[in-house]
Amino acid sequence: MTINVASIKKDFPIFGRLIRGDNRLVYLDSAATSQKPNSVLDAERDFYTLHNAAAHRGAHQLAEEATELYEGARERVAQFLGATSEEVVFTKSATESINLVAYSLSNAEPGSKFHIAAGDEIVVSEMEHHANLIPWQELCRRTGARLRWFSVNDDGRLDLSNLDAIINKKTRIVAITHQSNVLGTINPLDSIVKAAHAVNALVLLDACQSVPHFQVDVANLGVDFLTFSGHKMLGPTGVGVLWGRQELLDEMPPFLTGGSMIENVTMESATYLAAPKRFEAGVPNMAQAVGLGAAIDYLTNIGLDAIHQHEIDLTRRAIEGLRSISGLTFVGPTDVSMRGGVISFEVKGIHPHDLGQALDQYGIAVRTGHHCAWPLMRRFGAVATTRASFYLYNDLQDVEDLVGGVERARAYFLER
Amino acid sequence: MELDSLYQEVILDHYKHPHNKSLKPHPTIQVHHVNTSCGDEVTLNLHMNGNVIDAITWEGVGCSISQASTSVASDLLKGREITEAVALIEEFQTMVQSKGTDRGDENRLEDGVAFAGVAKFPARVKCALLGWMATKDAIVQATTKEEK
Repeated sequence: MTINVASIKKDFPIFGRLIRGDNRLVYLDSAATSQKPNSVLDAERDFYTLHNAAAHRGAHQLAEEATELYEGARERVAQFLGATSEEVVFTKSATESINLVAYSLSNAEPGSKFHIAAGDEIVVSEMEHHANLIPWQELCRRTGARLRWFSVNDDGRLDLSNLDAIINKKTRIVAITHQSNVLGTINPLDSIVKAAHAVNALVLLDACQSVPHFQVDVANLGVDFLTFSGHKMLGPTGVGVLWGRQELLDEMPPFLTGGSMIENVTMESATYLAAPKRFEAGVPNMAQAVGLGAAIDYLTNIGLDAIHQHEIDLTRRAIEGLRSISGLTFVGPTDVSMRGGVISFEVKGIHPHDLGQALDQYGIAVRTGHHCAWPLMRRFGAVATTRASFYLYNDLQDVEDLVGGVERARAYFLER
Repeated sequence: MELDSLYQEVILDHYKHPHNKSLKPHPTIQVHHVNTSCGDEVTLNLHMNGNVIDAITWEGVGCSISQASTSVASDLLKGREITEAVALIEEFQTMVQSKGTDRGDENRLEDGVAFAGVAKFPARVKCALLGWMATKDAIVQATTKEEK
């Protein structure tokens, strides 16, 4: 099960440009955002060029086509996740998807099964991206609920030794990442989901780093909500997804209100449509959703299992190569089981910003900083790390260039 | 190569051997500044003697640019009157924000002109300004305190 990276690279026009002079682009920042293939760019452009109109409105042909394309994209997302279309809500980002759930819960009336109040507990983990931490801190602030969290052990794995204490009869929702955007760790979900459901708590999975990279089937996972963004999976920016169990979405109060999401409106009040429309107020991000549909087609055509295997191969080689560099330490697991293609590291004596700057000069794009996971940085006593992340368009040459680049940067800063 | 225009020898020297990097107690004003995009931070103690900066001492973590720049600022601005110090800070700021058109006056900014190369790397301008903006903030607070 191999993939042809040379052929894949040709589908991404950005790899045709040069960086900082005449360097080829070694793009190792897909965990932040991915590059886009021609088919996605074309899908978005075709929408505007040929079919642009407001979906779900108007009696004309263009409105009909726009609606079909938009709903077709929803159908593609649903199939991709093993879900039904009614369970797929388009948002502008994964961040909005998570906020949607958090605000919907705090909009619930007392007596509703979604109502959160003082005495309730919300569970996250120490490895969350700020997007899956701060909405819950804010929900706690608004409702008086208490925030609790799983800590992370020295290997960068979730510490579940106190699972039964953290998830207890007060727990209402457990919001956890599928794969850490810093450590690369893939979290085991079975025991968490089982413990949460045993006390009737809901489970929200932040799948931003998993859905783009390996097969995710919502029925198998057993979670209640799942969120991800389009731009990390070859799609456009400005589109995210909230998947939720139909019976939950249908009962949840809306978050954003306005046009498109109503059933009937008087001057005094309104009633709302069923999901997913209940959560899609306003004219939707149609071109972006259509672009996401094209991205899913592209990924499906290559095959998610092959993509994951490819990324694991690159990760293994990168860990082997980087490990030999003097003063380099990894932040995150160094074995490739239950792990994705994200590698964070520090080099003694060189701040990540300086390392990233030198790598950039050689054409290598990495992320440096706290990766929107400040508590996790503190946990590892780091101000920042350097992060390389892989995707289907990276190859072994990229890995070798990274290792060589770090060595060259090390010599530049420490041996002159 | 281009990297050398950013990482001049004087910058790496200040990074490896920073000046005034140890907080002196009883400051007139203490400020804490953070570069929120990368997590770099500096705690800076400003010691005033009337209208004159007696000492600038600091602690911090961050990249070579932010740490060296704070070290240079703490040397250059010591012993200056407030108006003179503010003028120098503004000159430094103009230089690093000039996108490379202003190389800085070495007679006035001294080691500070080593940061002229930063102007060509927009993402690093904030790093170069961290300690200088902290100092400016401390001066403003000290002046306000004086007026009360």
